[in-house]
Amino acid sequence: MTSQVSADPAGVNDLTYTADEMMTVTAARTLRDGMTCFVGIGLPSAAANLARATHAPGLVLIYESGTIGAKPAELPLSIGDGVLAETADAVVSVPEIFNYWLQPGRIDVGFLGAAQIDKFGNINTTVIGGNYSHPSVRLPGAGGAPEIAASCREVIVVVRQTVRSFVDQVDFVTSVGYGSGPGDRERLGLTGAGPKKIITDLGVLEPDPDTLEFTVTGLFPGVSAAAAKERTGWDLAVAAEPEVLAGPSPAELDALRSLQTRGSRQRSHP
Amino acid sequence: MAQIVSLAEAVERAIHDGDAVAMEGFTHLIPFAAGHEVIRQRRRDLTLIRMTPDLIYDQLIGAGCARKLIFSWGGNPGVGSLHRFRDAVEHGWPAALEIEEHSHAGMANRYVAGASGLPFAVLRGYNGTGLETLNDDRHEAPTIRPITCPFTGETLTAVAAIRPDVAVIHAQRADRAGNVQLWGIAGVQKEAVLASQRSIVTVEEVVDDLEPRPGAVVLPAWTVSYVALVPGGAHPSYALGYSARDNDYYVAWDAIARDRDAFTRWLDESVYAVPAGQS
Repeated sequence: MTSQVSADPAGVNDLTYTADEMMTVTAARTLRDGMTCFVGIGLPSAAANLARATHAPGLVLIYESGTIGAKPAELPLSIGDGVLAETADAVVSVPEIFNYWLQPGRIDVGFLGAAQIDKFGNINTTVIGGNYSHPSVRLPGAGGAPEIAASCREVIVVVRQTVRSFVDQVDFVTSVGYGSGPGDRERLGLTGAGPKKIITDLGVLEPDPDTLEFTVTGLFPGVSAAAAKERTGWDLAVAAEPEVLAGPSPAELDALRSLQTRGSRQRSHP
Repeated sequence: MAQIVSLAEAVERAIHDGDAVAMEGFTHLIPFAAGHEVIRQRRRDLTLIRMTPDLIYDQLIGAGCARKLIFSWGGNPGVGSLHRFRDAVEHGWPAALEIEEHSHAGMANRYVAGASGLPFAVLRGYNGTGLETLNDDRHEAPTIRPITCPFTGETLTAVAAIRPDVAVIHAQRADRAGNVQLWGIAGVQKEAVLASQRSIVTVEEVVDDLEPRPGAVVLPAWTVSYVALVPGGAHPSYALGYSARDNDYYVAWDAIARDRDAFTRWLDESVYAVPAGQS
């Protein structure tokens, strides 16, 4: 998953990047300047911060720790690092961030990760294998995700694509995507529109407008539809002519690497 | 009215075997030194309540203090698993751990209900999730139930109030009368203290006068049971204005917690062998 691929097959600029970098850059590009974004930690946080450092300087980053409009210069390790509070427009309590800010649908986009995800974008971050009381693997659980998935105007999921993460049926529904298909979100009273994109280390999936089943609509340079199918635990739908997505620009790569370097330097020398 | 005492004395007086204890602090101001003192005093059969168990409850669970955990996100933020929590759930080591699981929004509202003296709080949440199913008609003592709005007829979600025996928090400072002031990411600490029967607040410093700070949370002395002076008592979490989050420690914890022997050595060397307030 960290294999180097050439973004510049002709070798003109000798530019190489990892699949994770391509995924993060692609996720960042989905965010528009001036949007409000509820950010989960890990890959989503890297993408949201990259967007703010490049094409979307006015992106409003909101973390569940209650920091609204955080402007970290380095990637925070947690959702509650001091730099988020120090640079925020406002810091509110945890009941307030969920009740006043997320619940009424004020936030444009929720950025989530996943351990398992199915063809309708339902997410599991709770347990894998066995049963709920005696799972094979106990994952962290829900955190803010169920209500982010329910109440943000739309949701973007960032997850590495493997047969273990892209499953026919999630072992536990932590956060609802489209449930079992069209009409389920409305029936459940979920106010946001649901997941609009899943961005992986292979490409981009979007829901089919009729069935809401996630379909490959974009692939990274050098990635085939067959490779995406191979790393999926269901019979993956692929658009007739998936777009070949542009590799990261030098500016995007510079900005991402510099955010990450500053983050790890801050960790080694607090 | 708050009494200013030593950390050992506060834990001895406020926390008893079998208590429901909420040690709160959302990434910031986590009361680690107080947690270590609970381990040192070998409290048992505790119901541990916390939105993000974090390293502090990984340590208490691994040390055998807990019977039950009420929580909403049990990971090491940005690093990975809480291995002592996982070992307890997956293998029953050092003892089986009962769990009661929520989302952050649900837990936050449960504290609000507790602080408000109400039996439940209402939110839009859980619809269609496995957590809702775990609390349906087939289950005893549910804490998530549907409720109909008496004005619109809309179906919403009720969550049961949390009323801990004891809340434990860390704050930047208190005055000599025991009034407490904290700022930065304020989490659910105010709600946790007001929802609880008793409370312990460890602080970075005790001052003559609490200079007002815009946006600070103030807990008047008459809402707090015990205040203990424990500078650095949130490490490896942090106290804004006093210390930075020790992210290297969070990364290093992974290897300690992954291995039962390494963890047991850590307990002996870094908790049992160290006086109260210095771990």
